[in-house]
Amino acid sequence: MSHGNMNLTLKIWRQNSGSEPGQLVTYPVKDISPDMSFLEMFDVLNEQLVAKNESPIVFDHDCREGICGMCSMVINGRAHGPKTGITTCQLHMRSFKDGDTIVVEPWRAQAFPVIKDLTVDRSSFERIQAKGGFISVNTGTAQDANCLPIPKDDADASFNAAACIGCGACVATCKNASAMLFVAAKVSQFALLPQGKVEATTRVKNMVAQMDAEGFGSCTNTGACEVECPKGISLENIARMNREYLVANCVS
Amino acid sequence: MSKLDSKIPEGTLEQKWTKYKSSVALVNPSNKRNLEIIVVGSGLAGASAAASLAELGYKVKVFCYQDSARRAHSIAAQGGINAAKNYQNDGDSVYRLFYDTVKGGDYRAREANVYRLAEVSNNIIDQCVAQGVPLAREYGGMLSNRSFGGTQVQRTFYAAGQTGQQLLLGAYSALQRQIGLGTVDMFTRHEMLDIVKIDDKARGIIARDMVTGKLERHFGHAVLLCTGGYGNVFYLSTNAMGCNATAAWKAHKKGAFFGNPCFTQIHPTCIPVSGDHQSKLTLMSESLRNDGRIWVPKKQGDTRKGNEIPEEERDYYLERRYPAFGNLVPRDVASRAAKERCDEGYGVGASKMAVFLDFKAAIERFGKTQAKKMSIDNPSPQQIKEFGKQVIEEKYGNLFAMYEQITGENPYEVPMRIYPAVHYTMGGLWVDYNLMTTVQGLYCLGEANFSDHGANRLGASALMQGLADGYFVIPYTIGAYLSKEIAVKPIPTTHEAFAATEKEVQERIDKLFAIKGNKSVDHFHKKLGKIMWDKCGMAREEKGLKEAIQEIRALREEFWKDLRVTGKPNEMNPELEKACRVADFLELGELMCMDALNRSESCGGHFRVESQTEEGEAKRNDDKFSYVSVWENKPDNEWELHKEELVFDVVHPSQRSYK
Repeated sequence: MSHGNMNLTLKIWRQNSGSEPGQLVTYPVKDISPDMSFLEMFDVLNEQLVAKNESPIVFDHDCREGICGMCSMVINGRAHGPKTGITTCQLHMRSFKDGDTIVVEPWRAQAFPVIKDLTVDRSSFERIQAKGGFISVNTGTAQDANCLPIPKDDADASFNAAACIGCGACVATCKNASAMLFVAAKVSQFALLPQGKVEATTRVKNMVAQMDAEGFGSCTNTGACEVECPKGISLENIARMNREYLVANCVS
Repeated sequence: MSKLDSKIPEGTLEQKWTKYKSSVALVNPSNKRNLEIIVVGSGLAGASAAASLAELGYKVKVFCYQDSARRAHSIAAQGGINAAKNYQNDGDSVYRLFYDTVKGGDYRAREANVYRLAEVSNNIIDQCVAQGVPLAREYGGMLSNRSFGGTQVQRTFYAAGQTGQQLLLGAYSALQRQIGLGTVDMFTRHEMLDIVKIDDKARGIIARDMVTGKLERHFGHAVLLCTGGYGNVFYLSTNAMGCNATAAWKAHKKGAFFGNPCFTQIHPTCIPVSGDHQSKLTLMSESLRNDGRIWVPKKQGDTRKGNEIPEEERDYYLERRYPAFGNLVPRDVASRAAKERCDEGYGVGASKMAVFLDFKAAIERFGKTQAKKMSIDNPSPQQIKEFGKQVIEEKYGNLFAMYEQITGENPYEVPMRIYPAVHYTMGGLWVDYNLMTTVQGLYCLGEANFSDHGANRLGASALMQGLADGYFVIPYTIGAYLSKEIAVKPIPTTHEAFAATEKEVQERIDKLFAIKGNKSVDHFHKKLGKIMWDKCGMAREEKGLKEAIQEIRALREEFWKDLRVTGKPNEMNPELEKACRVADFLELGELMCMDALNRSESCGGHFRVESQTEEGEAKRNDDKFSYVSVWENKPDNEWELHKEELVFDVVHPSQRSYK
């Protein structure tokens, strides 16, 4: 069951801290099962490193079911690996072939500095959210939920935007390291709902200003973010945010 | 007098919370500004509590081990959240939600707490919608509901199969708003490693900065633990890799009693284990049981594929055994029934430890309805299948995609294979009606406490409880304590209690590094998990539990002799993080077995082989066990058992029947 027959060569980015230089280090792994997830293959490698008294590779991961947004690896040049619509933790070894060489690097962006090995600091996303990724409603002030009918199509579109897991693959894959898809998803979620309209103007202006302040690049509409987004967040959201932004600047 | 005072207010069940709210002491706004509250954990309970308390004016500090509050494992809850809105006009009410929850918990929960939970459930839905949480809607624009196990009304609100994600992002947005306003200080990548007590009151925590490895001291007038459950004692569970019991366990060792540690929920519909490399198990939402039918072949050891087995050779065992509830029986019942079939040799798949969850009938049914809607009179079988698949995709698309990704099989074409897995822990730190533990000023919210689910949690109730505790309970109940603390000035963290506790934590870390043994942390964790699953899992008996206790003690000894922790303390070091957590699991596991041994009745998710009906159902013993087991920690891993007697004024315990 467990023991497979795949032998692979891994080239993994090792970097002790943000202030030290990093490099790709080669690790062979043997007897990998195609049923393992990519991160379980990393577990196997890390157990081998511990056995040799070496420091295991540090990488972010938590839920291992594609929803927490913690895992973040660029695998053979692609954010979250060769398949679309999934996170790194959902990638299975059956997507690779025996004898493959696999290169694994961290998210690379000025606004996502490396902390250690494959782990990066994504707190820039947090600061953008704190600038407007909410509706200002205190606990206890809400009216009955069904007092505000919302057309199903709007609710569904809002949900599709809200499905963003904040992993940062859009930034990692963008040649400009732009965070437009991430910010647009949040702006869109609220822009599509009547509850969100009240603060729409300040929201989009503040979130975009913070995005720029964090050092994310500009959007040049290459659409790579949409391709690599594990949750299929659509480019339409960026168009919607641009409209919101334009309107916000016209009215103020 | 007993050491346990549950502080349940006087009055009739319906009046308790209302009267409590009108009489609980208040803290004036200018005093709130001077009171500091520490919240550990940023899931539904933690994020909602932190945001709500900050809105009230308290100074709040939030800690989480992930790199963002949004990643807490509440995010992974799939199916939904219950509320007694009765939007479907199907006879629901606060009383029915209360009744179903007490019954579902097999009469081992407190009536007053559960009634309060049912009462505030409606406010949660209102609050979430106001925050912009995009819950599922009907074409008329109103909120949609679905059914969940253990109930006969449609009261579950949902957002596709990502309800937990959407609710958590709602609470997270409220939290981020307060962070932006400067009322909450957020500490991500920080793990709480101990509680600081001064004059028997919780006054702060020692946390480790997981990036630098530095230990930090933080003061709070009160400390709230919202740190989730301890399912990872079993190594394999549906919990996230980082979920742990450390905060609760350290609190336990500092005087917080532990309630019902053996009450563990084994969820019936998870993707089966595929091999030794497995690091976690993935849940397939219970909502799938609304439309999926569970079966095994009628013949033992049948090796045919699911699709090749004709209808008449299938045993839809839940529908056969429980005609009234069918596939929608509560989780504990469904899990045991699956285990029973597999143990008898009817299991399917390579490991034979799985049953089928089949959507063929649902696809046909939906397809036909859809064809009618589209005014197609004689739809071809292909059309029916196509339309049906579209409906299924809309309802469960992400779950089906997840299943295919993990197993490599397409569940639209072949039945899913599922098997029970550890999912949720009903036990947790004992709390009174105020959610305060037995340590003054130390509160516990959400899954981390023991309170509302008794011996078995019904589906879609975890999200409800987490948010109820955080949004609508703690903002009131904390006033009862803090109103008496307004004269206490913030205590400088140079205080000797902070220094002494930090030293304890540092010594524990040094001790782990000093072992310099040969075995990795995972080695011990996997061994512990196997003992727990085999002997304190879905079926428990005296002999096995006694063995388990001995085995865990031996394993713990080996851990402290032969563990290897690589790297250094003062750096980002996941091996050290895991070692700290597993050291605690190795103690908690023993307590779980002791509790399971003490409770020689079966109830809810706790199934003692010695106590079953002739038909193999769980048999409670209300005369002897109608109490909460509350364990007090003593030095050297000894415990003293206290009992909180459960009084049922309104609901009269009866043998649960879902037939």
